[in-house]
Amino acid sequence: MISTALTGLWYGFGVAFEPHNLLWCFVGVLVGNMVGVLPGMGPLATISILLPLTFGMKPVGAILMLGGVMYGAQYGGAICSILLNLPCHPPHAVTCLDGFPMTKQGRGGVALGLTVFASFVGASWGITEMIFLSPLLVRAALQFGPAEVCSLMLLGLLAGSTLARGSPIKGVAMTVLGLFLGSVGTDLETGSERYTFGLTELDDGIELIALALGLFGIAEFMNSVNQVAPINTKYTNVSLKDMRPSKEDFKKAFFPMWRGTIVGSLCSLIPGTGPTIASFVAYATEKKISKHPEKFGTGLIEGVVCPEASTHSSVQGDFIPTMSLGIPGDAVMALLLGALMIQGIVPGPQLITQHPDIFWGLVASFWIGNIMLVLLNVPLISIWVKMLAIPYKFLYPSAMFFVCIGVYAANNDFFQVGEVVVIGLFGYILLRLGYHPAPILLGFVLGPRFEENFRRAMLISRGDILVFIERPISAVFVALCAILIGSQIYFRLKGGKTPDLEPADENKPVEIPADLAPRRVPATPAE
Amino acid sequence: MQHNLLRELVGKRDFYAGGLMVLLGLGVALKGSTYRAGTLMHMGPGFLPTALGIILVLLGIAIAVAALAPSAPDEHGHIAGESLLPEHPQWWAWFCILMSPVCFIVFGRYFGLAPATFTCVLIAALGDKDATWRGTIILATVVTVFGVGLFSYFLQVPMPIFTWRGAL
Repeated sequence: MISTALTGLWYGFGVAFEPHNLLWCFVGVLVGNMVGVLPGMGPLATISILLPLTFGMKPVGAILMLGGVMYGAQYGGAICSILLNLPCHPPHAVTCLDGFPMTKQGRGGVALGLTVFASFVGASWGITEMIFLSPLLVRAALQFGPAEVCSLMLLGLLAGSTLARGSPIKGVAMTVLGLFLGSVGTDLETGSERYTFGLTELDDGIELIALALGLFGIAEFMNSVNQVAPINTKYTNVSLKDMRPSKEDFKKAFFPMWRGTIVGSLCSLIPGTGPTIASFVAYATEKKISKHPEKFGTGLIEGVVCPEASTHSSVQGDFIPTMSLGIPGDAVMALLLGALMIQGIVPGPQLITQHPDIFWGLVASFWIGNIMLVLLNVPLISIWVKMLAIPYKFLYPSAMFFVCIGVYAANNDFFQVGEVVVIGLFGYILLRLGYHPAPILLGFVLGPRFEENFRRAMLISRGDILVFIERPISAVFVALCAILIGSQIYFRLKGGKTPDLEPADENKPVEIPADLAPRRVPATPAE
Repeated sequence: MQHNLLRELVGKRDFYAGGLMVLLGLGVALKGSTYRAGTLMHMGPGFLPTALGIILVLLGIAIAVAALAPSAPDEHGHIAGESLLPEHPQWWAWFCILMSPVCFIVFGRYFGLAPATFTCVLIAALGDKDATWRGTIILATVVTVFGVGLFSYFLQVPMPIFTWRGAL
């Protein structure tokens, strides 16, 4: 088992070191790091903008680049949190708590330096986990029939929508909406058109890119326009010299870093708990076991490295179910799967054997990309910091152009640019009504496959719906779904609180906008 | 009492949130029922969408009813009471952002990529409250030059840079 994994990895390095793949990986992490730093731009919007550009590329290069954007943005987001106190990227919201006080004490550089190091440790652990766990998962998943696949998807969808931020029931509603949107267009099995209202442009369904850019581009811009406070660049003079941690700092950070890594990797194993939850849980745990919990929030290095390591380990871990089972844990992963599907690659347990170059190339590129990120972030920190000062009024109009041309370039069709306007407006209304649109994408990407497997399962069982609980593996997934729903209802009745953020925050360590919706840049930095 | 309840409703965002889902679900289910549903064993194209529509209606009702319940000021209390419009509605900026892709479509179809890019960025940038004509024109020009270079020359997007009343 281990030896096959290592051979695979060796092969993957061969793929990832091919010059064009190396280049795309570099482009990905560079762009990712850049948008991570820019307040008001998220990895989701960026990946959707870049998606059409990958159509002409080979699938390996495309996925390496888009993956690079994802984890590159995590490095950049930390800079934003520590130096500006802006939790513009949800996973880094907790990092503000101790990161910004450190900056005010003039130790922002040290925090950044150790964050980069902790991120690398966390990511490395996540990658290792991926190398050894994915083949195991695949071996189990290859036994799955349509019924198992179906209930597993159901579990993934439920977890993705209830454990994410915001109200669980609204999350489920968004997932159902996404599933529906995925069914628009020609029905694959019968060839009849659904919900196209006579528009031939809708025959192929709603364009994934238009949906993603409408929900995460236009709707977000409408939400943030004129609400972004001018950025306080008072503390953003950081040079390479400031980043070197003292021996004592390093010692203090060492164990929290590893604890964060472990928490992150555990969180990534639970479907639906992405990096945001991982970082919150890590911070809460660290605070709980600390000898001086009262000092958290005043600029402790532990409070910075622990959530950061956790975020990165969980980001890499999130790729495990996505790549090995074809079940994405969150919207970003759904988008990456969508990118693969556009390239004509069917996600699922057969991916590793059928396209080893994609899987192992991706794994190997994670290492390479993370090393690139360390190299990019440490010596070039002053450049990234300067980017923080780009005002939003320049950012969003330029981004609007990228949205338009991106959607257009997907099919060279103006109709889809119109689609993006409608979806954007609708997405903004949803945002105002307190919905988080991310699960829509999850449902949208999984929808067609869910329907296909559901139909197949029903056909095999001759229309017997009980097949889902008669087959043992499927029954386990269904039971997990039931537990998930049951616990949500239980916690709702008990205290109106989701269980996942609960550990150890009795005394409220987290003072960030309480609805945990930091995709919205707060109007005033909470200073 | 009745009056109070009604007044309370107006401020309850979740009531509308649920209502929207009910409406959407109804639409989906009604339209879905015009497609062939088939049997459980041989599902027709209408089966899953109709089912999803019904689930959406139920979820919408649950969301709306939860909003109606006399909410003790819980964790989410302030969210439930939030008004539909943000504190400072940005009608002009919203309009600009939505018009920007529309301009891209119109200008792209009739005049080509460069004019489309220019107007798209220009209109979007005018939405900012501190926008000046000079600043926005400079920004639009820079993005146009850069964008045309990147997309037309480097990435070969098949859209003419300049054209006059191109394909209708």
